[in-house]
Amino acid sequence: MTDPTSHEGTRRVVLDAGGHAPLLPEARDAFLEALDQGWADPRRLFSEARRARMLLDGAREALAAVLGARTEQVDLAPSHVAALHGAVRSVARGRRRVGPGVVTSAVERAAVLQAAAYAAPDDHVVAPVDATGRVDVEAFTAAVAAPGVALAVLQHANGEVGTLQPVDEVHAAARSAGVPLLVDAGASLGHAPVPPSWDLLAGDAADWGGPAGIGVLAARAGVRRTPDWPEDDDRWFPGGVSIPAALSAAVALQVAEARRVREAVVLSGLVDRVRARVAAEVPDVEVVGDPTARLPHVVTFSCLYVDGEALVTELDARGFGVGSGSACTSSALEPSHVLAAMGVLTHGNVRLVLPMGTTETDVDAFLAALPSAVAQVRSALRVEGL
Amino acid sequence: MSAAQDGGPTIVDARGLRCPAPVIRLARAAKSAAPGERLTVWCTDPAAEHDVPAWARMRGHALVGTVREPDHVEITVEV
Repeated sequence: MTDPTSHEGTRRVVLDAGGHAPLLPEARDAFLEALDQGWADPRRLFSEARRARMLLDGAREALAAVLGARTEQVDLAPSHVAALHGAVRSVARGRRRVGPGVVTSAVERAAVLQAAAYAAPDDHVVAPVDATGRVDVEAFTAAVAAPGVALAVLQHANGEVGTLQPVDEVHAAARSAGVPLLVDAGASLGHAPVPPSWDLLAGDAADWGGPAGIGVLAARAGVRRTPDWPEDDDRWFPGGVSIPAALSAAVALQVAEARRVREAVVLSGLVDRVRARVAAEVPDVEVVGDPTARLPHVVTFSCLYVDGEALVTELDARGFGVGSGSACTSSALEPSHVLAAMGVLTHGNVRLVLPMGTTETDVDAFLAALPSAVAQVRSALRVEGL
Repeated sequence: MSAAQDGGPTIVDARGLRCPAPVIRLARAAKSAAPGERLTVWCTDPAAEHDVPAWARMRGHALVGTVREPDHVEITVEV
């Protein structure tokens, strides 16, 4: 998507919208409207407060309708991370009589892996993935069928490489073992059809074009949960959420869902174009993730002998905002655990998560700039001919 | 890099280097190595442990094995 707020007259194209998509105009309007209409405390009983309560309940109802849940099954969290932490902690606590185990794939987002390590320090079982990032169903099935498992967690799709996970198969396996499955749809809601198979479902408003500061957690009736934190009127996410943000998040999901099929056709075609041209025009590159069973708007590739930070910086100087899972681009020494679990190159990594409205012109401009940007970074390292 | 005695692997010391430097140093050594020669890279960068096998796969070299020492990792490939 082209950013009209370009500086110094340079054309800016931001292609890294994962978890932080540009706010949809309809969501912005809803936010501003709710600042006037929904400022009061929804816990109080006077008219303005009841109006705020009505807006909050309306937001939950609208979100529930898209998710295929009942309104009372949907709770709002102050972030996607808080939604995931709350889900893992409350189910681990609620089902502690069954046992302490938490099963996840190796490529869940950090918030899930860290919550699992926190809730089940000695009993976190990690199922491996194949080279496309798809979880090993047999290993996952065996892990949930073992005694003492409180919770299983699998993402709907991987937000770094785009690969869709076998959620239906894994849910069937978890169900026959009597273990609830938390599906992390943080990278897929608003981009791919809502997964039908889950016991708990988490989502991220900022990823689908809503405001930052709203996570969603839906839980089917019958999933035993107990908070392991202090009691509050807002039991699952103490303190509640911003009502304007909640309303804006719900409007954004409705808009994203209404445009989803049309957007997916366009973005998926652009991703196919990126996959084909990067592989053909950049020497020594690995385009990773499943080429077809994937999110429509995510593509990742790694360039051999390239410093990821230098490449992100070089592309930024040429007007393109991209992401990277390389260790050299983060303050941490560890590279992306997703790329590592897949066994693909972790350095020289570039990740594109195309925002809604990205055009062929945007992507072609990026593809035209990429080969010489890679060549320039390689030339600085003097690695030609290796 | 230093050649070890009597058919032992050539050692490529990439300790203290950060990605992608260990793989680049190993690739330079591989370029001058004879086919079938074994190279062992010593590294401390956590990314190298993933990237050396990926590099070997992309270049058609065989991964012989990985040994974890207390303060570094040794990865051996056959070019």
